[in-house]
Amino acid sequence: MDFLSEQSPSMLPGNRSLPPLQGAIQAPHGTTIVAASFPGGVVLAGDRRATMGNMIAQRDIEKVFPADEYSAVGIAGTAGLAVEMVKLFQLELEHFEKVEGATLSLEGKANRLSTMIRSNLAMAMQGLAVVPLFAGYDIDRGKGRIFSYDVTGGRSEEHGYAATGSGSIFARGSMKKLFREDLTEEQTLTLVVQALYDAADDDSATGGPDVARRIYPIVTVITDEGFRKLDDTESSEIARSILERRLEQPDGPRAALL
Amino acid sequence: MSTPFYVSPQQAMADRAEYARKGIARGRSLVVLQFADGIVFVGENPSRALHKFSEIYDRIGFAAAGKYNEYENLRIGGVRYADLRGYTYDRDDVTARGLANVYAQTLGTIFSSAAEKPYEVELVVAEVGAGPEGDQIYRLPHDGSIVDEHGSVAVGGNAEQISSFLDQRHRDGMSLAEALKLAVQALSREANGNEREIPAERLEVAVLDRTRPQQRKFKRIVGRQLTRLLDADGAGATPTDAPSDSETEDAGSPGTETPGTVTPDSDADGSAKE
Repeated sequence: MDFLSEQSPSMLPGNRSLPPLQGAIQAPHGTTIVAASFPGGVVLAGDRRATMGNMIAQRDIEKVFPADEYSAVGIAGTAGLAVEMVKLFQLELEHFEKVEGATLSLEGKANRLSTMIRSNLAMAMQGLAVVPLFAGYDIDRGKGRIFSYDVTGGRSEEHGYAATGSGSIFARGSMKKLFREDLTEEQTLTLVVQALYDAADDDSATGGPDVARRIYPIVTVITDEGFRKLDDTESSEIARSILERRLEQPDGPRAALL
Repeated sequence: MSTPFYVSPQQAMADRAEYARKGIARGRSLVVLQFADGIVFVGENPSRALHKFSEIYDRIGFAAAGKYNEYENLRIGGVRYADLRGYTYDRDDVTARGLANVYAQTLGTIFSSAAEKPYEVELVVAEVGAGPEGDQIYRLPHDGSIVDEHGSVAVGGNAEQISSFLDQRHRDGMSLAEALKLAVQALSREANGNEREIPAERLEVAVLDRTRPQQRKFKRIVGRQLTRLLDADGAGATPTDAPSDSETEDAGSPGTETPGTVTPDSDADGSAKE
């Protein structure tokens, strides 16, 4: 990135001059991303909807990307900018790895992403914010970790679970009631899809599982074996089993009152 | 007033070439061979940290003999070129041919510029294709020329002798263990015809393996996996060695896997371990 800023600064997202503001800019926005950790790894998932104002811009957008072998990033906010940011982030991690011959630490990766979000602040002030969620497996500590960001690049590590995007309030509420420290990998996968379902239930900008078009959430899991994205069959299985239970109980599983 | 000595351009270039050749000849040689599933890099390198081979991009590997600081400089330049090009256009638009051209330009400029000393390096840029016919190997000598090589190539001190040895014995479709053994044989021949033993710890081995499921095909072969490949007896008979075998495989069962077996571990250890 430092090399790029010297060689061709115009290619970096932060260095573009902005046109004067004329009302809100209409661009596709991505919506809800959720993450939850379990002993031995972390799960990161996102819905498939992109909205432009009150219109659905895209039904099958992918918003969760591998950053490198042991980490992934999910994006909420202006889709175009976010995808570019992820691309640059992936490039930087790979470039560092090749030049130095060693991977960055997970903290290092998280900090790097923080700087990139901050460089987008001017855009964010005009309504083109990018707020990602970063999750990875920390090889040194042997556990999955989640980092959430605010629009100014502020970084905070989340313990257990986290959500970002317009449906995050509902997703977080859902996970708050369902999350336990000792979930297995499969249970955690179900947990995040439940949370996305709840987010889609109450937030118009978040898409639920689309059975007719066979569009299901993107679910990824990172363990000591590296990054893995669930294929369509696996992800549809989870979504369908949840859907079936919701036919009986539309609000989903209930936590005990006391 | 003193007149500078006249040196004819021929003489000046010959001197510079001589200087560079001597520098390269001091380094240990290394070889790059094609095998059935890709391209293997083998060299003698006492250091664990200072690599002679490295990954440039998804399908492109780099090998260098000569002065470390000079080829390291070129390597980082190559990684930057490749990453920038891949970011600007697409990952598929980064090719070994383009990279070799950039290296040739750089080396050629340095070689003929009177202000700088010529680089004492010889490079190999290799790209693995979807099939053996798509593999490309380019050798770049110190003066900026490009040689398009097929099958096998040797650079460094004893290069001529080693490459004639390899040319006679290398054939298409060798397994990794066969290619590796041939390479070690070639490297252990000394200039005076004697043979010496190179222990596995002093070998640096890396492959560009087209069967790797990841986008990045470069992988170093170290530790147990290397010893297992070197020990694989009668490797000619069995195509034993999918290089994507992980090192965590049981070392007691050499040659039981079929090519293309991929354990989940192999995904993990490729890019992370250096």
